[in-house]
Amino acid sequence: MLKYILKRVLSGVVTVWFIATATFMAMHAVPGDPLSSEKEVSPEIRKNLEIKYGLDKPVMTQYFIYLGNMLKGDFGISFTQQNRMVNDIIREHFPVSAILGVLAILFAALGGVLWGALTALYRNKLPDIVIMFLVILGVAVPGFVFAALAQIAIVLINKATGTSVFPVAGWGSIMHMWVPAFVLGIGTMAYLTRLMRSSMLEVINSDFIRTAKSKGLSATRIFFVHQLRNAVLPVVTILGPAIAAITTGGFVVELVFAIPGLGRYFVEAIQQMDYTVIMGTTVFYGAFLVLMVTLVDIVYAYVDPRIRLK
Amino acid sequence: MKILPNKFTFFLLLILLWPAAVAFAADQATDAENQIIRIALNQEPPQLNSFLTEDSVSMMVLGHVMEGLLCYDRRGRLAPGVAERWDIDSKGATFYLRKNALWSDGKPVTAKDFVFAWRMAVDPKVASEYAFIVYPVKNAEAINTGEIKDLTQLGVKAIDDYTLKVDFEYPCGYFLGLAAFSTYFPVREDYYKTMGSKYAAEASNLLFNGAFKLTKWVHGASLRMEKNEKYWNKDAVTLSVIDCPYITSDTTALLNLFKDDKIVVAELDSETIKTAMKSQMKIRKFDSGRLRYIVFNHRDGKVTANLNFRKALRAVFDPQVFADKVVGVPGTLPGRSVMLSFLEGVNDKFRKEYPVPIHKVDKAAAKEFLAKAKKELGIDTFPPLVLLCDDTPSIAKMGEYLQGLFNGALGLDIKLDKQIFKQRLAKASAGEFDMVIGGWLPDYDDPMTYAELFASWNANNSGKWKNAVYDENIRIASKSVDPKVRMDAFAKCQQAMYEDIGVIPLFEGSNVYVQHKDVKGISRSVTGFNPNYIYARVVK
Repeated sequence: MLKYILKRVLSGVVTVWFIATATFMAMHAVPGDPLSSEKEVSPEIRKNLEIKYGLDKPVMTQYFIYLGNMLKGDFGISFTQQNRMVNDIIREHFPVSAILGVLAILFAALGGVLWGALTALYRNKLPDIVIMFLVILGVAVPGFVFAALAQIAIVLINKATGTSVFPVAGWGSIMHMWVPAFVLGIGTMAYLTRLMRSSMLEVINSDFIRTAKSKGLSATRIFFVHQLRNAVLPVVTILGPAIAAITTGGFVVELVFAIPGLGRYFVEAIQQMDYTVIMGTTVFYGAFLVLMVTLVDIVYAYVDPRIRLK
Repeated sequence: MKILPNKFTFFLLLILLWPAAVAFAADQATDAENQIIRIALNQEPPQLNSFLTEDSVSMMVLGHVMEGLLCYDRRGRLAPGVAERWDIDSKGATFYLRKNALWSDGKPVTAKDFVFAWRMAVDPKVASEYAFIVYPVKNAEAINTGEIKDLTQLGVKAIDDYTLKVDFEYPCGYFLGLAAFSTYFPVREDYYKTMGSKYAAEASNLLFNGAFKLTKWVHGASLRMEKNEKYWNKDAVTLSVIDCPYITSDTTALLNLFKDDKIVVAELDSETIKTAMKSQMKIRKFDSGRLRYIVFNHRDGKVTANLNFRKALRAVFDPQVFADKVVGVPGTLPGRSVMLSFLEGVNDKFRKEYPVPIHKVDKAAAKEFLAKAKKELGIDTFPPLVLLCDDTPSIAKMGEYLQGLFNGALGLDIKLDKQIFKQRLAKASAGEFDMVIGGWLPDYDDPMTYAELFASWNANNSGKWKNAVYDENIRIASKSVDPKVRMDAFAKCQQAMYEDIGVIPLFEGSNVYVQHKDVKGISRSVTGFNPNYIYARVVK
């Protein structure tokens, strides 16, 4: 078991190194750099800026300096926000994305499991058809459309009720979180619903359910104790990557709802060619994703001995 | 298999209503009793160090919390700021500072604070991107380019604590406007040195001498400006708080916040303006001074270096149609000249005194020009041409329109090269294009802010256009203080640009926005910061 964990962790580290290297090379391969600006500066100033940021050195030297600093946990100073460390940016803004992501995943998991179970129970009946229709919508409609629609809905609701039922945008209180989390979780919820439905259908037809029925257990008890519990396993499997995807994929939602999360910095840094922030956020997100996947793998190996042996 | 119906309802309710709706008392856009307004910023201010800042959001925040020698009054005109009076001629200027101008820690603002800030701005080690704006001050350029190593050679001296003497490098008729610009704001040396690299990183790492002070700054999330009780002119300020709880560049979100009475001003773009018009909101507009134009690549071997070719393109382009149909934002003016309509001439608007010729759309003539160009270039067909532009939806739309126009009317094969902003800039300065959609915002209130852009030596002249008449008249205008001489020279530049088609002006941009009906006194000016809330007040 220990050997397996070590192997997984090691391959995780290699993956992160690969992400860092690929991002670094791609970033330097595209035209332009963080110092390009609409008002062209004189060659002298440019030279001074390059020295200040170490861009005067050959790319390979920059790469090794960067790797060295990264190992020390130092991502450098942002180019666009020259007074801020990239480490500070991640430290201040990742928790916001994380809170939003956790809420979204809670919502997605809870909703996905229950909706999925219901559709299976009411297979080919009205609730199944209605829910599966909504699920297809949830999978097909992109997040930014949901975000915009949800916001317009809030404005209308607030206008109709004459009070602020939900804030339109902003961050700070628990009330700011519900709608963005809902919007962020919808896609995953739809996906989980489908997953849960097929897994539940398998369980419904299995022998132990027939046994439970013949023992005369109540429908509710069978549903919660026997069916739900057994069907939920595949859902747990994808939760790891889903958590990583949701906590890091909230760019649009963060933009629409004016939420100070890390997703915004991640995307804006690329537009600004802010080298240090691009590297910092990509490596951080990459490491986070790798960590989540590795954790799931390890937990899975613990649950299922067959995986360990391979 | 059956679950009781009430269980089903229970699940439904659980899933639909789990974010239980508790009535939420959010802060409204205005508070008349306490004189509070709420606004949104479209990005986090990237740089609040005044001698380094280069973006409009930081300049807008700085404009409220700092003050230069001059400032803008409630009508957006230049007015005495830290300097209560001044003498200015073609050689230099002397500013007499008021004794009651204080920093937010209570110490007086002195002439030394200006000397320090201006020296920092041109110090090549500091590498400020706006150093060029200090170039009218004697030796600024020489120091900035490293020719002179001694910072004290900069032509600005503190005669005493309240007298500042400035020597000019060349006559500068628009210097008073510069004195209100953020790069020229004072910075106190002892405080700056104490803060070190933390200076301007947080609200608590800054000193203020303006109408407001920054009291809270949560990065990426919110900031709050409160009335500065130490400000010398505090009696003219009615607002007690400018609160900014939202930072987002999403214009739909801004409009929604405005509709929900959460912010007092929402800037509109070509999409949200449609929504605003449908809801019958009162749309306000303001000349942004933003010029957009097609830059031609005049480097050797480029088809676009051929004048007849450029004439052909211009002959099919109708700026009026472009402004109305393609840009589609109210207040947009057709691009006729690189000297914009708002600029002042000698006694009246420049463009009234020196009208620019207006070309006619003429497809037949365009084809003749094209035939001539082919002959001159010695080619049978034109190679595919690259039109470089930004990838933002509005600019991409312009690019697609031009692509269709030049293809439809002239049969040219235009390849659209859409790039993110910084890559577009890099490709433009490297000359990797045939045409680029370029843009420019003015830095000061004088035709020179646009005109110098197309001088052959200017680093921003990415098309490398070189015109002897144009260059000569730029030199004339920059050496004179006589308005007549200068404006005549600019008129000759305008004519040279028209005849030689260095660039094709596309349009003059307009800012459109909606504003809360209970807020009065928000002012705007083309070259100052926008919007200016210093003299705003909440009525009712």
